[in-house]
Amino acid sequence: MADIAVRERSLGITEATRRSYHRRYVLGRVGLYVLAVLFAFISAGPFVWSLITAFKLNADLYNVENNPFLFNEPLTASHLVFLFRDTPFLAFTWNTLWVGALVVLITLVLGLPAAYSLARLDRPWAGWFGVMIFMVYLVPPTLLFLSLSRMVVAFGLQDSTWSLVLVYPTITIPVSIWLLMGFLRAIPKDIEEQAMVDGYSRLGAFVRAALPLAFPGIVAVVVFAFTLTASEFIYALAFVSPSEEKVVSTGVPTELIRGDVYFWQSLQAASVVVALPIAFVFNLFLDRFIAGFTMGAVKG
Amino acid sequence: MADSPVPRRRLSDSEGFLAWVLLLPSVIYIVALVAIPFFLAIAFSLSDVTTGDPSFDWAGFANFEAVLADSVFWRSLWNTFLFTAISMALIVVLGKILANVLVADFRGKWLVRFFVLLPWTTPVALGAISWLWLLDSIYSPIDWALRQLGLLGTPNAWLGAETNLFWLGEPGLAMGSVIAVHVWRLTPLAAVIMMAGLVAIPRDIEEAARVDGAGYWRRMFEVTVPLVLPVAAVAALFGAILTFTDMAVVAVLTRGGPTHATEVLASWAFTKGIGGGDIGQGAAIALFLFPLLLAAAIAILRSVRRLEVL
Repeated sequence: MADIAVRERSLGITEATRRSYHRRYVLGRVGLYVLAVLFAFISAGPFVWSLITAFKLNADLYNVENNPFLFNEPLTASHLVFLFRDTPFLAFTWNTLWVGALVVLITLVLGLPAAYSLARLDRPWAGWFGVMIFMVYLVPPTLLFLSLSRMVVAFGLQDSTWSLVLVYPTITIPVSIWLLMGFLRAIPKDIEEQAMVDGYSRLGAFVRAALPLAFPGIVAVVVFAFTLTASEFIYALAFVSPSEEKVVSTGVPTELIRGDVYFWQSLQAASVVVALPIAFVFNLFLDRFIAGFTMGAVKG
Repeated sequence: MADSPVPRRRLSDSEGFLAWVLLLPSVIYIVALVAIPFFLAIAFSLSDVTTGDPSFDWAGFANFEAVLADSVFWRSLWNTFLFTAISMALIVVLGKILANVLVADFRGKWLVRFFVLLPWTTPVALGAISWLWLLDSIYSPIDWALRQLGLLGTPNAWLGAETNLFWLGEPGLAMGSVIAVHVWRLTPLAAVIMMAGLVAIPRDIEEAARVDGAGYWRRMFEVTVPLVLPVAAVAALFGAILTFTDMAVVAVLTRGGPTHATEVLASWAFTKGIGGGDIGQGAAIALFLFPLLLAAAIAILRSVRRLEVL
């Protein structure tokens, strides 16, 4: 504190400038809160609207005179019950979960060694190779889905959820390698060197010494890869058409809309039921993603 | 080898060997399921493959001729550019503002972050379903609010005498709606990328400039903007690529309608290739995405380089 006072005096800061700084500070805070609330409102708005809709009676929902933001009739959970009991929504959810789990597993088994190789084994080509792999992430499903759909047929996987298990790692591996490289670089090299002095091989040092320390980063990559898998739309739409084999992202929009009949409340309930848990888990790991992205870009 | 000074020299100790062995499985996977399908797509675009007749026959540039002769293709090409350009500009500006909000400290930050992440972490198709109902032709709450304000539904109302705006039924409004959904879902991603960039920029540089007597504008243009530009470019290109190649928003919201007003290359390729079964033409349409993606990828590469120089 004394230090600041000395500096202020030496810079000639008077009471007036202090007051104008204070005013600017207050304005800045107010602006910050207004922006934060505005962004939160616009981002969450459609889901709030979905949530209100999900509990409305038909008589309430389909009355143009009613205030759409209020419950003009008693709440009902019947559309939620319909969603879980009379639609394949649970099957979609289950498919998304197990496809996601297997894809994450494949991603880690292939991506971790690759990331370690690029981050730690000091090859001269590691730098541009890492960037090349990241670029693969930018080759979109839109460009590949037609030929992949023929390949899926050739493998005999058409109309099976397994086709997605096969194809989704192409989306998750590149971006996961990039993130994992960042996390692995953050581990001090001495720890592996010590492990090798203690008798581990180069490979053993990676598995026994580096991997456990990278665990927090690995968890973040698991969440990220799962989110990517759950969001994917084009492949799921192109490869899988039987309703029991569909995943959430294609099942909900195709099976809960029959021709011109929209099961609005159930649709909106599905949207909220899926959105909330993913965003919640993702929020827990947000700081780690930011750290991972930054470290991946900094040369080790 | 016997008189080597290193007592044990196993394969699992050779860094050069390990580097390849550890990398190879990922490379094989990506070559098999990204590189091969990519070249297959080029081959399909030059063939007459359909879902009904999957035998491969050379067709030359017939698919490209058929595609270029179709006015819907030109419409979707134009729309793809339009949607991407407008969304990208909005995503970058809003993403930068949002990133600045999210790096600041304030009460309830956790909750704000949670709400702000929702559009991005929710599967695109489900977010679009929420919007589909929000923009419903009869029950849209936006129309209701406008009616309550007297802006809609009365004979002299500013927005017209009809009771609804038909967000997804009027070509202009439908295009605006599609753009709005893209901006809504990708702004959080841009903000996260820019936060990563903001965190990476050394704090002391700006302080040093301040101590050296650089004024606000000078700091802004000679320190902050050059430092933020590469990150903003990365965020912009990510936003652009994800808008450019997406078909989920269009597929759920408008299905390309009304009368192809919101058709984009991705949705048109899907309609032709999977819906119509004409794989050759679908592949030809999708390939039009490639040169632009390549340009975007090179631009990202250069931005990342500049980031690394920091």
